Amino acid sequence: MDRSKIKPKHLIFATACLIVFLLTGSASVVIGFVFLFGTPMFFMNELPPYATIGERVWQYVYLTICTLIFVFLISPILIIIPLSFNAEPYFSFTEGMINFDPAAYSLRWYEDILTNGMQNPLATGAAWWSDMWENAQWILATRNSFFIAFVATVLATSLGTLAALGLSRPEMPYRSAITSLLISPMIVPLVITATGMFFFYSDIGLAKTYTGVILAHTTLGIPFVIITVTATLSGFDRSLIRASQNMGANGWTTFYKVIMPLILPGMISGALFAFITSMDEVVAVIFIADVEQRTIPRQMFSGIREQISPTILAVASILVAISIVLLTTIELLRRRSEKLRGLSQA
Amino acid sequence: MTDVAFKDQMNEAGELLTADGVPLKQKLAITTRRARMRALLLTAPLIIFLVVSFVIPIGQMLFRSVYNAAGSNVLPNFAVSIQDWDEQGLPTEQMFEDFVKDMQLARKNRITGKTVGNLATRVNYEIPGTRSLFTKSSRKLSKVTEGPYKEALIKIDKKWNDPGLWIALKRVTKDITPYFYLAALDYKYDEKGDIVAADELYQIYVSNFWKTLRLSATITFITILLAYPVSYLLSTLPLRTSNMLMILVLLPFWTSLLVRTTAWIAILQTEGMANDILVFIGIIGDDNRVQMIYNQTGTIIAMVHILLPFMILPLFSVMKTIPPSYMRAARSMGATPFTAFRRIYLPQTLPGLAAGTLLVFILAIGFYITPALVGGEDGLLISNLIAYHIQKSLNWSLGAALGTILLIIVLVLYWLYNKLVGIDKLSFG
Amino acid sequence: MKITKFLASTVLGAGLLLGAAVANAGEITVVSWGGAYTKSQVEAYHKPWIAKTGNSIKSEDYSGGTAEIKAQVEAGNVTWDLVDLELSDAVRACDEGLLETIDASTLPPAPDGTPATEDFLPGTLHDCAVANIVWSTIFAYDKSKIANGPTTMADFFDLKKFPGKRGMRKGPKPNLEFALIADGVPAADVYKVLATPEGVDRAFAKLSTIKDSVIWWEAGAQPPQLLADGEVIMTTAYNGRIFNAVANEDKPFEIVWDGQILDLDLWAIPKGSKNKELAMDFLRFSTATEQLAKQASYISYGPARKSSGPLVGKFNGKDIDMGPQMPTAPANLKNAVQNDFEFWADNQDQLNERFNAWLAK
Repeated sequence: MDRSKIKPKHLIFATACLIVFLLTGSASVVIGFVFLFGTPMFFMNELPPYATIGERVWQYVYLTICTLIFVFLISPILIIIPLSFNAEPYFSFTEGMINFDPAAYSLRWYEDILTNGMQNPLATGAAWWSDMWENAQWILATRNSFFIAFVATVLATSLGTLAALGLSRPEMPYRSAITSLLISPMIVPLVITATGMFFFYSDIGLAKTYTGVILAHTTLGIPFVIITVTATLSGFDRSLIRASQNMGANGWTTFYKVIMPLILPGMISGALFAFITSMDEVVAVIFIADVEQRTIPRQMFSGIREQISPTILAVASILVAISIVLLTTIELLRRRSEKLRGLSQA
Repeated sequence: MTDVAFKDQMNEAGELLTADGVPLKQKLAITTRRARMRALLLTAPLIIFLVVSFVIPIGQMLFRSVYNAAGSNVLPNFAVSIQDWDEQGLPTEQMFEDFVKDMQLARKNRITGKTVGNLATRVNYEIPGTRSLFTKSSRKLSKVTEGPYKEALIKIDKKWNDPGLWIALKRVTKDITPYFYLAALDYKYDEKGDIVAADELYQIYVSNFWKTLRLSATITFITILLAYPVSYLLSTLPLRTSNMLMILVLLPFWTSLLVRTTAWIAILQTEGMANDILVFIGIIGDDNRVQMIYNQTGTIIAMVHILLPFMILPLFSVMKTIPPSYMRAARSMGATPFTAFRRIYLPQTLPGLAAGTLLVFILAIGFYITPALVGGEDGLLISNLIAYHIQKSLNWSLGAALGTILLIIVLVLYWLYNKLVGIDKLSFG
Repeated sequence: MKITKFLASTVLGAGLLLGAAVANAGEITVVSWGGAYTKSQVEAYHKPWIAKTGNSIKSEDYSGGTAEIKAQVEAGNVTWDLVDLELSDAVRACDEGLLETIDASTLPPAPDGTPATEDFLPGTLHDCAVANIVWSTIFAYDKSKIANGPTTMADFFDLKKFPGKRGMRKGPKPNLEFALIADGVPAADVYKVLATPEGVDRAFAKLSTIKDSVIWWEAGAQPPQLLADGEVIMTTAYNGRIFNAVANEDKPFEIVWDGQILDLDLWAIPKGSKNKELAMDFLRFSTATEQLAKQASYISYGPARKSSGPLVGKFNGKDIDMGPQMPTAPANLKNAVQNDFEFWADNQDQLNERFNAWLAK
């Protein structure tokens, strides 16, 4: 793309990305170094005075190993962030990047997310925006992904919560068989699920439709909702229900005023799991979606297979940022849930 | 005397009654049944949903692995008459007539799924190289209007004189067939109709199942090695620190599988970072960079990374519950650190280890995306072969048969998991 | 079936609303191979047709095969109206009743009045498909990296003379043909040899000699990329893709025509297309003499009509004569193989299995 044709709106979007990622990126580099060299000391538990020299050495070796494993876990995810600002179409750090030469960094791959597939990327004003909204491939994929994930999440959460309420009742019959069934979409290999859905949905005319993809994603999200909501309910003090009934509340009031607030954290984290499952799912999409329903992971999959470019890394970086946000939400919810349950036990 | 006091609340049989005069036992049974029904009703919408969206599709796929009606769809009359044939010499003239007329009709109608091409494809699975015999002969058959049909057919192509072909046709016109399971296990029918092992050069499925199991075992083993020390560390650190470090485990867990796979491509490719570093350090020269991706190595590295959190989380939750005083007690009684670990600590972590191992193994044998992207040629797993048959070769029945075998393996492991660990122990974070 | 469908749809009414978006009247979906090839079709066929008729075209990419068509036709939900198919796929899909039949006599005659059935090259008209181009699989190398470059198919398999990685299409076709030619089988006898078990063994044995040095590609856009990135020193490729990289991106690639495998791309209409008449109109328009010749000025694939040949001029906007770039140019045909679709229709499944087994070893 011609450098001189960059539009202000590219810059607004891209600068925002840049700020976020330079912050996270540089933070990650610092954290990385601290981990690699500093953490073994930092974690070192106070060894009992009778520890031998061998034990002390072992302790240090052990902590170094752990640090390396943490680096293994986290570095691939953080490394792609600086790489996505590469000015060159490569997947590795160029000489210039290592020397922090500003010219070696660029936002071209982030621009590409917006402009790839547009009919006329050189237009201005409203025409540019509507063209991007209607035609840019990644934008279309993003819209699809969010739409499908949203509907699938709502369905999975409502059906899943209802079922979890049933499962957690002490009088539930065939509990373990039914739980096994409800969890099985997570266990059955995706290829098998997707193949079965492909045949069946084709027969009933749901293949190549949004409905088909949403059904598939709802199915795949359900186990997560079941697991998280039943986990919340397992610490649920059932005498609260009796107390509420005692005070004259009917079933709905009890649900809304007593049960719901307590299981809400579980529901929300289940919903987030279902949402991220749908956002990440690609096998079912490959089998049952049409180009029309192309999602972000589907677009990434064909991008990686056919013409791999750092645009994929730019998209990946944005997704990492989203997962960081989601993870934070989940963590806060978990704490809130523990606090609430701590209260109920007291 | 207490008997008298309860007299009003008893019937003649001496059973306790409730206020409305129903025996208490019965009333209790009713209430329990109602409560059970209410619980069941809450789960009913989801169960119905899953049956429609998940169970029926998979059931239908299982059915497809033994059911293939291409033969009887194209040759409805022949399919009936050939079953009386004793497989000696050639079929009778009547059977030949049925065959020719069915073929002519199929060619004339060209109904999707019931064409000569569909039959040819089906027979070609069992006897490779016969496809064009059917398509070509059917073109020429349009001129044959009267018998003897046997001679006419053999005149068109003398391959029709081969009894082996007719034995195959007799098999193919039965709708329920074990053929696809045979093929999925590297067996085939020979020309006499006996089951024999497929030619070694064409055997791919059994070895691929073993490869999938072997790779999954390797990956599971590596995740155990990596997860154990980390989980131990996390479980012994003060809560605040371990919560911080847990983020390093949970962030990958929350990050898209495709993002992580992409990251490994970026790192491991020949021009990627890992090679750059090795070259920079001087371990390898710039011109003989190591091939670390698009092979089994790449698949293992990427999959270990993706599955590691599934091992750490259950291990961590078990280790958290083990009081550190046990180890100290063992040490104070004179056990060496290793003995204390082996005799005291390890046995207590076994439930977590079993949960993590089974979960990782189950997830690993069904992996599709990562091997497809970084597996190259030798890193492909059974899922990739299934996808190949569903999407590329279009041998859907064979894909379904392979899928069924994989499904059985997974379900056995799932059952084991349920027995050993209990499905309700599954949790995230 | 009806009930389950009803259930599923009502549950997800919201989804259906979007899913059942109705296509505009006068729009057809044309599916082709993407990249430079689709672009040449857009320039030569789509744009003039849109301008002439006022209809619109939705252009989609795919990477070959008949899986998608089969799924759509069997599901009774055909969303593709016209597909650019390889010959063996077109014949097979036609046999299985997945394509509409096409009456070749309705195609427009040549400008001099020669009927279409005589104007098209032999073997380019089929029951369900009409060829638009003749393309070929060749191999190419980067001449800035290899001085005295390879000149024969045998050189491609010669690791001593030209050490380095090779790119090849992942699949037995047309690598088995290449292997036999490299092993000294004359072009005319390739399929005769390949029809025997010994011939297949021989081809695989030859492939085995370079197996460790091969990077396998799947999409047509990959080989020029592999060459440009220096991942391989030579690669098999579709001739038009290499030409495109040379003409449009000034890449120093050189095509070796020895042992090229000629094949056809054909237009076909999936059975049950909702816009069959419109698709047919587009098909007639795009396979007329002028349009075929025009496409050849965008990409180096030979037009399927004899009458288009003389009209092919220079490459669009540049001073490159297209004639010698065509697979069908006499100089390029010296040791060429015509792809035998029947052989592949018969043996595809089995050879794919063997190829996969061979790859996994």
